[in-house]
Amino acid sequence: MGTTTADLEIDARGSFCPGPLMELIKAVRQSDVGKKIAVLSRDPGSRTDIPAWVKKAGHDLVAIEDADDYARFVVEKTH
Amino acid sequence: MPADIVVLGGGVGGALTANLLSKRLPSGSARIRVLDETGVHVYQPGFLYVALDQANAGWLSRDLRSLLRDDVELLIDRAVRIDVENGAVHLEREGALHYDFLVVTTGAQPDWDGVPGLRQATHNFYSLIGAERLREALRTFDGGSLVVGVAGMPYKCPPAPVEFAFMVDDYLRRRKVRDRTRIRFLSPINRAFTIESASKLVQPLMEKRGIELETFVNVETVDPDKRRLTSLEGETFDFDLAVLVPPHVGATVVRDSGLGDPGGWLPTDPATLQLKSSDRVFAIGDATDLPISKSGSTAHFEAPVVVEQVVAAIEGRAPNPAKSRYRGKVTCFLETGRRQATILVFDYDHPPKPPRPSFIWHVAKWLFNRVYWLTVPRGRI
Repeated sequence: MGTTTADLEIDARGSFCPGPLMELIKAVRQSDVGKKIAVLSRDPGSRTDIPAWVKKAGHDLVAIEDADDYARFVVEKTH
Repeated sequence: MPADIVVLGGGVGGALTANLLSKRLPSGSARIRVLDETGVHVYQPGFLYVALDQANAGWLSRDLRSLLRDDVELLIDRAVRIDVENGAVHLEREGALHYDFLVVTTGAQPDWDGVPGLRQATHNFYSLIGAERLREALRTFDGGSLVVGVAGMPYKCPPAPVEFAFMVDDYLRRRKVRDRTRIRFLSPINRAFTIESASKLVQPLMEKRGIELETFVNVETVDPDKRRLTSLEGETFDFDLAVLVPPHVGATVVRDSGLGDPGGWLPTDPATLQLKSSDRVFAIGDATDLPISKSGSTAHFEAPVVVEQVVAAIEGRAPNPAKSRYRGKVTCFLETGRRQATILVFDYDHPPKPPRPSFIWHVAKWLFNRVYWLTVPRGRI
């Protein structure tokens, strides 16, 4: 699935924009501070949406890992 | 033995499915029953017009019986559990309905307590009561800070909050209070609308009308005393009047039957619309987990797909491939104010290319609202 470990893995590859971002937001809401959440997305829009949201919300984008036809975004909830 | 078909819900998807089945199936080949909690069919897109003082409530509802063909039976009761294994829907008042085919059209319901403070501090046009309360609030609104936004996704009728923002701008101009009103539109994502091409069209219009777009606002709490909204992203927005689309969840019966995902949406095959857990149960409209708009239009285009499969099964033939696959088609109007509108036509693979807003599409939407009762639920368009 990817090299960066995460506490929660969300497979949003069947989702269209803004589905993967909304899945990530929901998981961040429900997770404890310090937890790492990975979201898998096939939507090209996620490449801009997810980093932009993480920056605005003040969390950490730990990694973006590319696979064959999807990307894995790993986000740490910081507050 | 006639086939037993149960349609759960009498909204646009349920009424249309039952009527199309009745038209297509030879007399005596099936018993078609619609189960609905209220027996009243409500045209929900009309709430927007009630809130903005352009329509009264009487226009919005009809006796469901009057919309169904004579040979469709209507049962007014509440489904408490769907037993997929045994092919039965258990009722609150009287026993259970056994089915050979079940079509679930139980829709989406607002979760008024999904965001703390939402119920107490904000207005909405997602229920008739909400729309009427908002109409009263707008009639006496004397300027200040107005926020319009989306408090959770997914929600019904994606264009509605954008339409409301444009139309309330017109309304306040007519009432001559717009110059002392600040309108902010709060979006949970990084644009005004989920669909990018539609956002590209509406955002410059918002700017032109002085409607401020605030992006990545995922509403966390609303403070009724301070009239202040706080977002997950850490921002606060003070308001005099807040109009927020509530978060939505799937129907209680879906959740109580253990059939839905965590949001209560039914895992549904995107093409056949069969439930992933049973090939004789179908789901259409807002009840599904499909990555497509929750709107009456979706149900309108899905119903014939389900009907073809059920009719084919009863007739003992293979379904017509051209008619038994849903490709994600949705058509909806989007009012942009100033008596103009555009139209969004799209499917799973083709995003919409909305035309420039014009008076023609505004009239088309108005006409559609007028002819709805004679057409859509009866299967005439």
